[in-house]
Amino acid sequence: MAKSANVALRQVSRLSSRRLSSSSSFIRNASHFRATVANQAARRCYVSESKPDKAQVSVDTAIRADQKAFTAQTGLLPENATMPGTGMSADVMMSPTAGILKQATIMDEGIRPIYLDMQATTPTDPRVLDAMLPFFTGLYGNPHSRTHAYGWETEKATEQAREHVANLIGADPKEIIFTSGATESNNMSIKGVARFFGRSGKKKHIITTQTEHKCVLDSCRHLQEEGFEVTYLPVQNSGVVDLKELEAAIRPDTALVSIMTVNNEIGVIQPMEEIGKLCKAKKTFFHTDGAQAVGKMPISVDKWNVDLMSISAHKIYGPKGMGACYVRRRPRVRIDPIISGGGQERGLRSGTLAPALVVGFGEACRIAKEEMPYDSKRIQMLSDRLLKGLLSLEHTSQNGDPERFYPGCVNVSFAYVEGESLLMALKDIALSSGSACTSASLEPSYVLRALGNSDESAHSSIRFGIGRFTTESEIDYVLKAVKERVTFLRELSPLWELVQDGIALDSIEWSQH
Amino acid sequence: MSMAALKGDTAFQARSLFRSLLRQSSQFAAYNFREYAKRRTKDAFRENHDKTLGERETQELIQRGLKELQMMKRQTTVSQFFQLDRLVVEGQKTGKQTGEDGGIVRQTTE
Repeated sequence: MAKSANVALRQVSRLSSRRLSSSSSFIRNASHFRATVANQAARRCYVSESKPDKAQVSVDTAIRADQKAFTAQTGLLPENATMPGTGMSADVMMSPTAGILKQATIMDEGIRPIYLDMQATTPTDPRVLDAMLPFFTGLYGNPHSRTHAYGWETEKATEQAREHVANLIGADPKEIIFTSGATESNNMSIKGVARFFGRSGKKKHIITTQTEHKCVLDSCRHLQEEGFEVTYLPVQNSGVVDLKELEAAIRPDTALVSIMTVNNEIGVIQPMEEIGKLCKAKKTFFHTDGAQAVGKMPISVDKWNVDLMSISAHKIYGPKGMGACYVRRRPRVRIDPIISGGGQERGLRSGTLAPALVVGFGEACRIAKEEMPYDSKRIQMLSDRLLKGLLSLEHTSQNGDPERFYPGCVNVSFAYVEGESLLMALKDIALSSGSACTSASLEPSYVLRALGNSDESAHSSIRFGIGRFTTESEIDYVLKAVKERVTFLRELSPLWELVQDGIALDSIEWSQH
Repeated sequence: MSMAALKGDTAFQARSLFRSLLRQSSQFAAYNFREYAKRRTKDAFRENHDKTLGERETQELIQRGLKELQMMKRQTTVSQFFQLDRLVVEGQKTGKQTGEDGGIVRQTTE
């Protein structure tokens, strides 16, 4: 009994699904048919036409009757019952229209935005997670425990990780200090060196640039309150530091020069080797924030003469909450530790290490080194594709030096469009107009203003971050979406109309209210 | 692994490894990881396709591939436990249903 009902249901569903697929042509035919019927009504016919309605099964009525019968028989609502052997609900079986629509929404369910903000953070690589998992489950020893095997095994793993990190930047494993992230490393380096050498009262000067990350600028401001002098070097329009200005700024009492390797907003690469040489000649310490550079370009701390370097794990597909600071041993850089305690990490950063995070960081570094040629080739290719597409739109310009920038960071200004509204319009793409730390405020980016961009141009800038897991179809999707929505937003703007009419916006005298 | 030059057992081993790696790659729940795994597998094999490698080097590469396969088996399982929504780019190009097996094809507007 139940079986025969099942067969009948399936037949109905097959019949009406076939009808549905050809429904548009069917309707067209029907209207055509009606027209001919009207013509023929005047003529005398031997066979009278039946009405078109009578020739077809009314699907809706049949389905409703079926559903009623189903409910009466089983006592279940059709959507709650699963048909045996098919895995589909009875509702779907009886009403293929509803079924197909349901499936269609499943197919098109993709609502999660594309991730294109690799400068903020990167997804954790499955290989990294695979290395970390054992340390979250079985290997839980404290790496500083020297009295038992639990401690030994985690210590061995952390030392292995330290070696991978050191390998990536061409350093000695003993020079790597694990911290909680690049912010802590930056704080530790800047405040540590300044406080240690400022104690004698001889070295009371620090040099940094205006385009640094907030944590460097804020550390420097904090030191200013402690009585240090800080020079915030301006940068050229391209975002690169002028070496002559830097040389002029270095004084005999300069303790530290802190300049980031790759800028987080515009991706500009600073001339590290030259700056390193200059610092060595002037005998000041050289700190660099390498969070955006490590693992993405070949780095050698010895070649660059870097004394301190901040590294972050979550920018190279590692876990968040992990980082490292490279502190040179020969000649030794002495720093005043911010965190004191049990004397772990050469006494520079006390506190128990998190073996899982350390191992994940180490694995991320190992993979980054191994995959660097492959990844950079691919990122270059995707970046060229994206940049070419974006710059083919009218009134767009790239921020930063087009010659020396990291290809994974593309910062583009769309004139006559408000950046935040474009970000809102691009809800299906995860983008940012600047660093994640300042994305909550609507202020234009201080980095772009330091480049000499106007407020309007800084407001209309968007940063695209490309990484290891970005695909070509994502780039194509982004290009299409940006093109459509920039055009849409510009159509709304009265300024755009003026621009189209050839009126320079600067020449307009806005009436005062 | 130059497949053409390899004889018998090793060639079979390499091909079978390639197929298992690809099959496993498509099991990642996350779109980006899935695409990366497929692409990286293909590129890694292509890289060594025309090279003439010694017996030992070939074995080393195969061992590495097996290790990656084991890692992928674990990680695809993990990724399937924590599934999220699909990305906006998924399943739009072909119009094929990527969810359950039903073979229903949706017409795309393009």
